[in-house]
Amino acid sequence: MSPSVRLQEMIRVIRGARTQGEERGVIQRECAAIRAQFRQADNGTRSHNLAKLLYVHMLGYPAHFGQMECVRLIASPRYNEKRVGYLGAMMLLDEKQDASLLITNSIKNDLSHNSQYVQSLALCTLACMGSAEMCRDLAPEIDRLLRASNSYIKKKAALCAVHIVRKVPDLGELFTPAARSLLCEKNHGVLHGAVVLITELCERNPDTLEQFRKVVPELVQIMKGLVMSGYSPEHNVAGISDPFLQVRILRLLRILGRNNDTASDAMNDLLAQVATNTDSSKTAGSAVLYETVLTVMDIKSESGLRVLAVNILGRFLLNNDRNIRYISMTSLQKIVQTDHNAVQRHRGTIVDCLKDQDASVKRRALELSLALVSAVNIRSLMKELLLFLSSCPPELRAHTTSGIFNAAERYAPSQRWHIDTILHVLTTAGGDVRDETVPNLIQLITTATELHCYTVHKLYRALITDISVQSLVQVACWCIGEYGDLLLRGECEETEPVQVTEDDVLDALETVLQSHMSSPATRGFALTATMKLSTRITHNVDRIRSIVSIYGSCIDVELQQRAVEYNALFKKYDHMRYRGSVCGAPSPSLEVCDLLDLLGGSGEPVPSSGLSHTVPGPATSTSGGDLLDLLGGLDAVERGSVKVYEKNGVTLKLQTDSQTDTGMTITLTATNSTDGDITSLTLQAAVPKSVQLQMKAPSGDVIPARGLGLVTQTVLLNNPNKVSLKMRVRVCYSSQGAVCQDTVQIDSFPSPAW
Amino acid sequence: MMRFLLLFSRQGKLRLQKWFTPIPEREKKKIVRDMTTMVLARKPRSCNFLHWKDLKIVYKRYASLYFCCGLDAEENELIALEMLHRYVELLDKYFGNVCELDIIFNFEKAYFILDEFLLGGEIQETSKQVVSRAIEASDMLQEAEIDNSDYDLELGWP
Repeated sequence: MSPSVRLQEMIRVIRGARTQGEERGVIQRECAAIRAQFRQADNGTRSHNLAKLLYVHMLGYPAHFGQMECVRLIASPRYNEKRVGYLGAMMLLDEKQDASLLITNSIKNDLSHNSQYVQSLALCTLACMGSAEMCRDLAPEIDRLLRASNSYIKKKAALCAVHIVRKVPDLGELFTPAARSLLCEKNHGVLHGAVVLITELCERNPDTLEQFRKVVPELVQIMKGLVMSGYSPEHNVAGISDPFLQVRILRLLRILGRNNDTASDAMNDLLAQVATNTDSSKTAGSAVLYETVLTVMDIKSESGLRVLAVNILGRFLLNNDRNIRYISMTSLQKIVQTDHNAVQRHRGTIVDCLKDQDASVKRRALELSLALVSAVNIRSLMKELLLFLSSCPPELRAHTTSGIFNAAERYAPSQRWHIDTILHVLTTAGGDVRDETVPNLIQLITTATELHCYTVHKLYRALITDISVQSLVQVACWCIGEYGDLLLRGECEETEPVQVTEDDVLDALETVLQSHMSSPATRGFALTATMKLSTRITHNVDRIRSIVSIYGSCIDVELQQRAVEYNALFKKYDHMRYRGSVCGAPSPSLEVCDLLDLLGGSGEPVPSSGLSHTVPGPATSTSGGDLLDLLGGLDAVERGSVKVYEKNGVTLKLQTDSQTDTGMTITLTATNSTDGDITSLTLQAAVPKSVQLQMKAPSGDVIPARGLGLVTQTVLLNNPNKVSLKMRVRVCYSSQGAVCQDTVQIDSFPSPAW
Repeated sequence: MMRFLLLFSRQGKLRLQKWFTPIPEREKKKIVRDMTTMVLARKPRSCNFLHWKDLKIVYKRYASLYFCCGLDAEENELIALEMLHRYVELLDKYFGNVCELDIIFNFEKAYFILDEFLLGGEIQETSKQVVSRAIEASDMLQEAEIDNSDYDLELGWP
C-alpha cells in the first residue's frame, strides 16, 4: 500500500468528523500513533508520519514533538525524506527553537550535494528560517554557490544571500563582488535575484550604493531590452515582457537615482520610454507604469517627466479597475505637498471618487481632497465635502468633520461662511465632532459682532427643530442666553427674523432642560442661558426664578449648585444682576463675581466654582483662558495660574480655584504645543503626611497638538493641621512614540484667581 | 519582501501558511485570525488592497479560496496581485484545473510548488515553464527513489 494514501486517509477521516470534539479525538489518536512511530527505528514511513503531523499542525494543534524528527529526516540520505524533513523544519522550527541549530550541519552538507534538488532544499530552508548564527556559518558556502553553479542554483543562492544580509548586515561586503558579476547573466531568474540582492546591499550601505551607481547604464540597457523585445512566450504576461523583473529594476533605479543628478540623468530617457510605451490595459502593464511613476517622482527628474508621471496617475484615476484608482490616490497623496499644482489639475476626478462605492477608495479620496483645499477652491470644495459628510460611512465621519473644521479655519472667505459651515456640520454630524468644537464656535461667534443677530436667529431655528445633537444645542443655548435680546427684537438684516415672545424662547430652553436627550453639560448651558435672559427680558423674570428654583433640588449636583447660586443672586443680590454693574471685591466664598461675569456679557460658560467636580463632557472648564478675559480685563485667570512644568512642548499650569484656612482646591491644566498629539497623560501627586489629597478625574488623557485643546484635573487638598503646603507632581505621557516621565516640586501656590 | 502568505477558505479554515520572518506561534495565530476576519468582511467588488499595522495586505479570491499576502510598505501592490495570480496558474498547471480539495489533500505539494516560485519572501523564478519543469523533475526523483530503493542520488538532473 502506498504510504501516501495513509496521509490522505487521515485527512479524510479528520474532515469527516462532525463535531470539534470528534475531530480532537481523531487527532489525539493519530498524534499518539505518530509519536509511537517516531520512537521506533526507521521503518520507511517516517516521512509520511511527519507529513501527517504537519497537516495536524496546520489545523492549529501542537506539533512540537515533531521537531527532532525533522532534524533526523533532514539528515537522511533519501530525497523524499529530506524533502518532508526540510518542509517540517520550515513549518515547525524557527530561529528561536534550539533544535534549529542542529540542522546547520545537514544544511552545510546538502549545500554541496551532487543533486541540485537537494541543494535547492537546503538553500530554501536557510533563506526561510536561517538564524544569524547559521547565516554567519554558511555565508562563504553561499558565496561559492553564487559564483560557480548553474543558473538554477545561482538564482536561489542570490536570494539566500539577501536573507543573510538582512540577518547579518555586515556580511553584505562579502557578497558585493559576486552580485556585481551576476548582472551579466542572461537568465531572468538569476537576473531577478541579482537585482534584489543589489537592492538590499545598496539600501543597507551607502558606500555600496555609491559603487553600484556605476551600473545604472547596464540596468538601463537590460530594461530597454525587456521593453523593446518582441514577444517572448516564456516571460510574457499580458503583453509585457517579464513585468516582475521590470518592476525590480525600476525600484533599484529609484534607489540609485535618488539625490544624484548624474544617475538620474542617465535613466531619464528610459523612464520616458517606459512611461509612454507600456500598455496599461491589464494589471501587469499598470504595475510597471506604477513603479515607473514612483521612480520618476523620487529621483531628480526633469519637470517634463514629472508632469508626465502625474498625468499617468490622473489617467489611472479614471480607470475602471478599482485597484488602480486606489493606488493612484495613494501615490497622489505622497506627492500632493511637493507637486501641489500638478495634482490640483486632477481635483475634479478626485472629488468624484468621494462618491465611489468602495470604502478604501472613499477614504483615500477624502485625504486627498482635504490636502487639496486652498483659498482659491474653498467654496466649491467645501460644498463637495459637506455633501460627502451627509452620506459618508460612520468610520470616516470624525475624520471628515475635523478635516472640514481645519480647512474652514484656515481658508474661510468670510466669517458668515465660516459660521454657516460649522453649523451645517453640526446639524449633519454633530455627534462626531471634536470636543473643542463648542468653545471654538462660541469664540468665533463672539468675535463676529455684526453677525450676532443672524447667528442667534439661525441657532434658534435649529434648536426648535431638533434638540438631539448635543454640541449644536449647547451652542444654541449659549447664544440665546447671550444675544436673546436680539432675537426678541424681531428684526434682522441678514436673514428673515422670527417673531417670538419671551415665553417661546423660555419654552425652548425649558424643553432642553427637561429632555431625556440632553446631557448634563447641555442642561448646564440651558440653565445658565435661562439665567442670563433674566437681565435681557422684562416680563417673565418670575418664570425664570421658578425654573431656577426647581433645579435647586435637582439630583444632578452640578445643576443643583448652579441653581442654588442663581437663586442666591435673585434673593440677595438682585441689584447686581444687571449688566454693567460690577461690584467691589466680594468675598471669595460667595463666588458671586463669576456669576456677574456670566451675566455681564463675557460669555464664560464654565461652572463657576472650583469645588468638587469636573464635568467630563465637552467645553466646560478647559478653555477658560482662551475665551474672553473674565472680569473684563483684569486678566484674572492668568494672574491666578502659575507654570509648574514646561518640557518637550508640554506645559503644565497650576491655578488655585479657592482657598480656605484648612484647605484649597487647585486645577492643573496641561497644554501641548508640539505637532503631534500627546497621549496616555497621567498626573500623580504627593503631599506632606498630614495633608489629605483627593484627585478628581481628569478631563481626558490626550492633549491635541498645536494647542488645539487641553486637559485639566482638579485636586482637593485638605490641610487640617495647617502645615506648610507643598506638593510633588509626577507627569507621565507618550509623545511621538516615546514615553516621558518627570517630577516637579511645587513649594508655593498662587493666590486664588479672585 | 513578502512577510507571509495565507490561503484560507470562505469559512476561514486555513489551507496553507507560509511565513518568511520568525514570529512566535501565538502571534502567527493572531495574524491568521486578523487576516481572515478582515478579508472575509470585505464586500465582493471592493479593492484588493488593505492596510494593517505597517503592512500592505493584498488578497484575491479564487473560487472558494482566498489568497492573502502581507507585504512591506514599499512593495508594489499591483505586482503582488500578479504574483498571487502566477502562483494560482502554477497550481493549476500542476493539478490540472486545481480546486480547493486538491490543495487540502496534497498540501505538501502546494508547499513544494510555492518553494520553487518564492524564496525568502521574494520571487525566485519569473518563468512559468522553468518552475513547472523543476517541480516535475523533483517529483520524478522522488518517484524513482520510492520505486527503486537502491537508487542513489549521485546523478543530478541538468
